[in-house]
Amino acid sequence: MPSNIRTGEHWTRPGHLDPHAPAETGPPAATAATPTREQVIAGLRATSEGGADLVQLLTPEGERVSHPEFDVDVSAEQLRGLYRDMVLIRRVDQEGNALQRQGQLGIWVPLLGQEAAQIGAGRALRSTDMAFPSYREHGVAWCRGIDPTELLGIFRGADHGSWDPGSTGFHLYTIVIGNQCLNATGYAMGQRFEGRVGDDAGEATMAFFGDGATSQGDVHEAMVWSAVYDAPLVFFCQNNQWAISEPLERQTRVPLHQRADGYGFRGVRVDGNDVLASLAVSRWALDEARHGNGPVLVEAFTYRMGAHTTSDDATRYRLDDELETWKLKDPVERLRVHLLRSGSGDQQFLDQVDAEADELAERFRRYCFDMPEPPPERIFSEVYAEPSPPVEQQRSDYLAYLADFADQPAGGVR
Amino acid sequence: MAAPTLERAGSSEARAENLTIAKALNRAMRAALERDPKVLVMGEDVGRLGGVFRVTDGLQKDFGQQRILDTPLSESGIVGAAIGLAMRGFRPVCEIQFDGFIFPGYDQIVSQLAKLRYRSQGKVPMPVVIRVPYGGGIGAVEHHSESPEALFAHVAGLRVVTCSNTVDAYWMLQQAIECDDPVLFFEPKRRYYEKAELDPRARPDELFRSRVLRRGTSATVATYGPMVRTCLDAAAAAEEDGTDLEVVDLRALSPLDLDPVFASVRRTGRLVVVSEAPAESSVVSEVVARVQQECFYSLEAPVLRVTGFDTPYPPSRLEESYLPDLDRVLDAVDRSLAF
Repeated sequence: MPSNIRTGEHWTRPGHLDPHAPAETGPPAATAATPTREQVIAGLRATSEGGADLVQLLTPEGERVSHPEFDVDVSAEQLRGLYRDMVLIRRVDQEGNALQRQGQLGIWVPLLGQEAAQIGAGRALRSTDMAFPSYREHGVAWCRGIDPTELLGIFRGADHGSWDPGSTGFHLYTIVIGNQCLNATGYAMGQRFEGRVGDDAGEATMAFFGDGATSQGDVHEAMVWSAVYDAPLVFFCQNNQWAISEPLERQTRVPLHQRADGYGFRGVRVDGNDVLASLAVSRWALDEARHGNGPVLVEAFTYRMGAHTTSDDATRYRLDDELETWKLKDPVERLRVHLLRSGSGDQQFLDQVDAEADELAERFRRYCFDMPEPPPERIFSEVYAEPSPPVEQQRSDYLAYLADFADQPAGGVR
Repeated sequence: MAAPTLERAGSSEARAENLTIAKALNRAMRAALERDPKVLVMGEDVGRLGGVFRVTDGLQKDFGQQRILDTPLSESGIVGAAIGLAMRGFRPVCEIQFDGFIFPGYDQIVSQLAKLRYRSQGKVPMPVVIRVPYGGGIGAVEHHSESPEALFAHVAGLRVVTCSNTVDAYWMLQQAIECDDPVLFFEPKRRYYEKAELDPRARPDELFRSRVLRRGTSATVATYGPMVRTCLDAAAAAEEDGTDLEVVDLRALSPLDLDPVFASVRRTGRLVVVSEAPAESSVVSEVVARVQQECFYSLEAPVLRVTGFDTPYPPSRLEESYLPDLDRVLDAVDRSLAF
């Protein structure tokens, strides 16, 4: 066993690590990507615990516990706020799935199960900080003040993201896996070059990505670059255990947070289903970055309770047992129980949030139904800063072509 | 926030000088760095060493390590970080060490750099320049002699230009740095040390314009980058045989500025298009397609292409056979005239 594996936790069969071990049994690595039932169960056993390094402040049963290094003072009002955030964004997510099933959206990317990771990180960000999302960060978008209706255009096919990254401090969704980590690195380098790092008033950047993305070269390069340039960057990896159908053992041999060691910065694994722990660790990590002690890697240990997208069928590659186990760690439930037990919230408050969720859902649906179709000119818009003659020519030719149909009865090109 | 413009550039003390293309590029970056504090130069070995071709020589000494960045050996990192810096308001000028090394950065160029303005509908401009020494003829090992410009000209959202001489090197690079779009700036590496007179007080041509370098009546030759010198030499040789070639330097490969080519072909009726890159689906092929569309009734002969072969770049002992030269250009001209 290599000594740099601190917890003893690993997913690769022991034969890979120990050259003197007897020849392994079972399928060769090349075909193991289709996990056997035994592998799935083994994966479940290995991953559901999170290991000894897991930072947790709220147990799955809703009991508040302390941690020697990472803790956070939250008022009853803040607790209620975090609960409201999670309930509302979960409802948006539910509506997104339904709208896809009704044919109103081409696709939806569910965040179910990752609410605590995202709301904790999102609420740790300051308005002067910058965030670079992947494409599942609806909860972070919510915290950055992006109205959930603004997400709809992407999944309906009306736009590629409509908000202003500059004024919201939230970059557009990035679909190519891992690209945004390098863009975040450059942005954070810029924060440092401009002298905005070094004290409490400093700025920081947070890059969001998943466990699958950690296999991308861009994520590796981003960690190298941000370390070399002391960039004020927090890598926030939501390890939701699955990259579409591939379990974590297809991406890594060591727990992801331990990779930070190799780059020369701190890595922390937090219970991603515990909003208080996510908030505490994210706030600490961002403070490290803004003070000039970045970068930092945070691995939020969580679970994708839904499919990868509405086009995916998770029953083909994982067992229901796994989902059932993770339901016991539900991020919203544990805070609800904590609110009631601690007296920070009562049933009236919970009902009030549910009613607000109903209103938001109605508004979200209505917005989707009423969304105008983008006009054909939109195809040609903002390809270049200065108009490009060939594109302008194609635009005018195509619009003239469309206009030819205007006099004709229905059935022509719309 | 508009960057200071070239209009206010230049000093009255500047005087005409005989400079290499490499030195003119260096002067261009120096001028841009002086004019706008947001301009950065980044790449592998661009700092202390001054670049493997010395194009960035002395810049780090004068502008410091925070503006002239010796980066990790990571092309995706160079482009990806430049994108983030541009979002923050910087104007990065990236150097890719050799043409064949750009591909680790191709994903960031195509997926992010080219599309961010479009994706954000103008909210995220991408004023990034990527300088690429390209082309063969220097006896190098594999991956050091390629001409990948078509792979970028094909991508919407990118602008692609190439200089062929000292004067263009000086002005076009400064104009590219001022452009709010991402610009792939291809530099003819085998011509780096060719000299010409540069007068910094002269008024530059526009960036995205082609230019007729030599007037002629027999046939038109359109080309760009390292092949411009070859074609001018061919025209000089043809003149001795009584053939009068018009030579057009395309300069901008995306968007192409073909009006001068159309006008020329309408007069000569014959066109030969020349580049080092392989022929198939190339910039040259795009020129041919557009010329037949616009000049159909003026053409006296099929448009001919003189290019590298549709093979990987060969071992350098064979590159003189691979690269179009004066004779291959004139052979095509003869075939056009004989049609």
